[in-house]
Amino acid sequence: MAIRIVGVDLPQNKRGEIGLTYIYGIGRSAATKILNEAGVDKDIKVKDWTDDQAAKIREIIGANFKVEGDLRSEVQLNIKRLMDIGCYRGIRHRLGLPLRGQSTKNNARTRKGKKKTVANKKKATK
Amino acid sequence: MSRSLKKGPYINVKLENKVLAMNESGKKTVIKTWARASMISPDFVGHTIAVHNGNKFIPVYVTENMVGHKLGEFSLTRTFRGHGGNKKR
Repeated sequence: MAIRIVGVDLPQNKRGEIGLTYIYGIGRSAATKILNEAGVDKDIKVKDWTDDQAAKIREIIGANFKVEGDLRSEVQLNIKRLMDIGCYRGIRHRLGLPLRGQSTKNNARTRKGKKKTVANKKKATK
Repeated sequence: MSRSLKKGPYINVKLENKVLAMNESGKKTVIKTWARASMISPDFVGHTIAVHNGNKFIPVYVTENMVGHKLGEFSLTRTFRGHGGNKKR
């Protein structure tokens, strides 16, 4: 019996504290807070939660946290706003380059994606 | 590092006074400014401000979404003409 919370299957064999972090928008500290509030020991494995405990956790997440789809769309909206007003950060988003002044001469591969080799690029002579 | 909350947002005093004067008289003219670091306050909405980018003044029409950003963010200082290989000839 897999436990689903806000549309995500939690891993059965992990401790509750870790298991909850499989939800987008919940990290270690939020997971600990949730479990404290629900009165569930954070070292209990996900599969050992009783139905009551699972329901309590679900309720707390529903009431206090923005997770998964909602959170993703909020992030997207924030990015879209930056792009629409045409500010520097928005333009960098459009170009797919880093926003916070990092160097782009080398690296910056997280934003720029995989290396695109330029054909016939001449090495500087002399 | 972000600015201390104690100080409040930095809004260039001269620029703010000019905008407030315009709001009062209902006139709309383009204001030239060098104050790129000045925050856009809600009073600025609907005005056009010409922000210096080191070379010339870029007119910025302020909309509601821009409140809380700084003027310099809308007036780019660098021109990127593309890499040599990108040209289609």
